[in-house]
Amino acid sequence: MRYLVTFKATAQPAGPPPADLMEAIFKLGQEATEAGVMLDNSGLAPSSEGARVEVSGGRLTVSDGPFAEAKELISYALYEVRSKEEIVEWTTRFVKLHRDLWPGWEGESDILRLFGPEDFAPSA
Amino acid sequence: MWRIESARVIAALARMVNDIGLAEELAQDALVAALEEWPRKGVPDNPGAWLTLTAKHRAIDQFRRRDTYQRKLQEIGLDQELRQESAEAELDDALDDHIGDDLLRLIFTACHPALPVEGRLALTLRLLGNLTTAEIARAFLVPEPTVGQRISRAKRTLADKKIPIELPPPAELPARLASLLEVIYLIFNEGYAATAGDDWIRPSLCQEAMRLGRVLAGLMPEEPEVHGLLALMEIQSSRLPARTAPDGRPILLLDQDRSRWDRLLIRRGLAALRRAEELGTLGPYGLQAAIAACHARALTPEATDWERMAALYRLLAHLTPSPIVELNRAVAVGMAYGPARGLEIADSLRDERALQGYAQLPAVRGDLLARLGRAEEASAEFRRAAELTRNARERDLFLERAAAGSVTPGRP
Repeated sequence: MRYLVTFKATAQPAGPPPADLMEAIFKLGQEATEAGVMLDNSGLAPSSEGARVEVSGGRLTVSDGPFAEAKELISYALYEVRSKEEIVEWTTRFVKLHRDLWPGWEGESDILRLFGPEDFAPSA
Repeated sequence: MWRIESARVIAALARMVNDIGLAEELAQDALVAALEEWPRKGVPDNPGAWLTLTAKHRAIDQFRRRDTYQRKLQEIGLDQELRQESAEAELDDALDDHIGDDLLRLIFTACHPALPVEGRLALTLRLLGNLTTAEIARAFLVPEPTVGQRISRAKRTLADKKIPIELPPPAELPARLASLLEVIYLIFNEGYAATAGDDWIRPSLCQEAMRLGRVLAGLMPEEPEVHGLLALMEIQSSRLPARTAPDGRPILLLDQDRSRWDRLLIRRGLAALRRAEELGTLGPYGLQAAIAACHARALTPEATDWERMAALYRLLAHLTPSPIVELNRAVAVGMAYGPARGLEIADSLRDERALQGYAQLPAVRGDLLARLGRAEEASAEFRRAAELTRNARERDLFLERAAAGSVTPGRP
């Protein structure tokens, strides 16, 4: 099963993330890659560098970032795992690092399953 | 959590007690202890290390109770002071660089050539994939007791033959690695051969094999064939979403909707292939991956680099001579240099004993003959292919082509 995990910050202390945290994140990413479950991941630049294309009331609008939401999407990861429990475990480890190594930081991860070939299998 | 940690815990214990069966039992006991303790005390910061440590203590308790305590302790290189060591030091030990080597030892032992292939497959899935006996049985379409027997017999063989849980000596490495890669690729193919509508567990064998391949690539980053096999599996499975029609009919590679190929897996497969190429000469898996990459790189069937593919098949035939590789080469040559050249190769295979009764030989000849405009002969070949195949869906496909081939201009 493939899962997309998004990662958002709601409250971020001023200044760059602590070096300890960055190192721990790197180690965990390496571990997940070597365990064969992490397929892809990347940090995301601030939404001020992005744009939004929207349809509302029949009108199509393109607007430049930043987006108004309080939560900035800061990274994503794609995993291939065998169960929801497994992806919850990996994600928990990742979020926990932020709690433990960056006091004052708050945020959240959403875990979403991607449809796969099994979802389109003909009914036997 | 258990799925993530079990292989590593078993691997660490196997190193300590030098017995795979015992290691597995100890790990299971530790898991039971965890299920009792964690809800009360909370999950420890490092669950894997906690499990390994708990299991290790149980192993020591067990040995201590036995008369053979002293002897066994010497045997496994532990001493009484061990218990007094600070928990912290042991945690570090369980955590640090041993882990990779432990896993590798476990994989090599599970795939030991002294074991029959079925035993290797079952043991690998059990210990490294943490699949249950029932799941393995369903995946391989055999009764559960059969799998149970294969696993226990394999463990017994390892014990009887006193096969140590260790990395193969350098001289044996090539043969041992080949045995290991074979097991992983067999697991993959078992899953790849499963058709839509089959039990979900069968296709998931592909995922399991790829996961093992990725783990192995992390553990043995210097081995080109490890990356070659991983590349092959990633690229082949990129086509899974496109190779069956909604009604379950197989779709031939050249007819597949390439927009449904999994680009992420292709990208990963091509990257693994590049690593294999950088590390040295491609072996059989690397070459097959390079051939699969010819398809993966082409955004349309017309863009396929058939010349390159024909050349790669020639190299592959050189490394692992086989009439089936030759037949595939005939297809590639037929696409690269015209059907007549392809037919020459295919015709030379007609007397191959290994290909008697193999439906793909007449099917390939039929296709080449049809492209040469020799419709009658083509139809006869497709009818023959239809007779030979045991796959009903494939039979329909061949009969369709036999009918199409017999319609020659000027006739009703």
